[in-house]
Amino acid sequence: MAIENLRCKECGATYPLGAQYACERCFGPLEATYDHSHLAGGDVAELKRRIQAGPQNIWRYSDFLPLVEGPPGPSSRRTSRVGLPAGCTPLIKADRLAEALGLKEVWVKNDAANPTHSFKDRVVAVAAARARELGFEALACASTGNLAGAVAAYGAALGMESYVFIPADLEEQKVIAAGVYGANLVAVEGNYDQVNRLCTELAAEKPWAFVNINLRPYYAEGSKTLAFEIAEQLGFELPDRCVVPIASGSLFTKLAKGFAEWRELGLVSGELPVMNGAQAAGCAPVATAFAEGKEYCTPVKPQTIAKSLAIGDPADGPYALDVARQSGGSVEAVSEEEIVEGIALLARTTGIFTETAGGVATAVLAKLARSGEIDPEERVVLLITGEGLKTLEAAKGTVQTVRIQPKVASLEEALAAKAAC
Amino acid sequence: MAVTVKLPVQLRPAAGGAAEATVEGATVGEALRNLFALYPELQARIAEGDGTLRRFVNVYVGGEDIRFLEGEATPLEDGAELTILPAVAGG
Repeated sequence: MAIENLRCKECGATYPLGAQYACERCFGPLEATYDHSHLAGGDVAELKRRIQAGPQNIWRYSDFLPLVEGPPGPSSRRTSRVGLPAGCTPLIKADRLAEALGLKEVWVKNDAANPTHSFKDRVVAVAAARARELGFEALACASTGNLAGAVAAYGAALGMESYVFIPADLEEQKVIAAGVYGANLVAVEGNYDQVNRLCTELAAEKPWAFVNINLRPYYAEGSKTLAFEIAEQLGFELPDRCVVPIASGSLFTKLAKGFAEWRELGLVSGELPVMNGAQAAGCAPVATAFAEGKEYCTPVKPQTIAKSLAIGDPADGPYALDVARQSGGSVEAVSEEEIVEGIALLARTTGIFTETAGGVATAVLAKLARSGEIDPEERVVLLITGEGLKTLEAAKGTVQTVRIQPKVASLEEALAAKAAC
Repeated sequence: MAVTVKLPVQLRPAAGGAAEATVEGATVGEALRNLFALYPELQARIAEGDGTLRRFVNVYVGGEDIRFLEGEATPLEDGAELTILPAVAGG
């Protein structure tokens, strides 16, 4: 086991590996720390082989994940298939998207190809495994939708009760996609930040593992597996730039942490990627703070179709700002129209149908490419974190149907009319 | 006027184990100052030396984040409920 303890990101105080997320001394967030010095005896080639011999899911990276009793991981291939293994999603070379944007090398990391169709399966797999180690019998979460589905599904797969709290105005597809797994689904009359506040209070009262509250230091580490996979899929090389949607800022910061950890160990070489964060203008506290040169975010009341990114009070906002600035990147915001255009652009050039969050990321990539911010020679990775079928309504306006009589002539007529438009 | 301040589990050891406290205060800032006078250790945990709240501390009045109200100048009615929570959860 490489994990050592939990450490406060603000004051450095350390804590044992319990279900704790806030520093008792200063209220700062706690983060998992590791000692990797003994991994594979310090032999990088051996460490690579060990990773490559692991299972086809995130447990191939269990040396870098916060589990105490060891994996479901490389040492035991059968156990690693227990539950609902996440990860090892495709990294696709998107030449037609690159061409449309005047770039040479764009890759799409399609994390919709996870068991419940979003990157949340990675973080929940890690949180659920740690929850079992800690003896919890129930999983819970505050969710903007994708997390709800992931927690409910992992609860079902592992035989744990689940309690899922969502804003009452969530897309119906996401509500059904969580409820179907048998979760205790609670629709709260309020926005995500109010759901989160309620759950923060509940976490102190209930004996549940709230994956993104009391288990957050473990949960958040799961996002590093996206960085590991991207690097491994590029042949243990780093991309030049990543474009990533930002809600709480956790994925964005952990992605950077994952790249940095592997670089430090010598598993990858070269410069760390430039990190561009993507937000919807209707909920852009991090992009606004970036533009104003501030070190912290002022909370907002979200109003956007990108509900999976609608966190008005982003917990990792200050750290996301650090990552964007230190990497030479930025945090950008795009309009509702640009989000829908982003969904259509990705679908029409790659065959990948993403939800609104992916529309936000694609729109930011397009914006950066068009403004000349991206050197055409760069190797760029676009992170697609969720599935288009979960936010069907958003893409409705991009679709046109021609209606015909069941006759050949009727089709010819309709196609001619369409071509004339 | 008397208001109730609900304390998060992380702060209870600094308040003699209490889950809530009743203090006087016409504004959030005044209520917090009176809370700190009652439990001096609390101040060191969630505020800087000059009394301003640390950036990972959220305060709510009747469930609404004070940053959407008037911050520490937010007026309080008799019997109001203040909640202090760590800002690091969620997402």
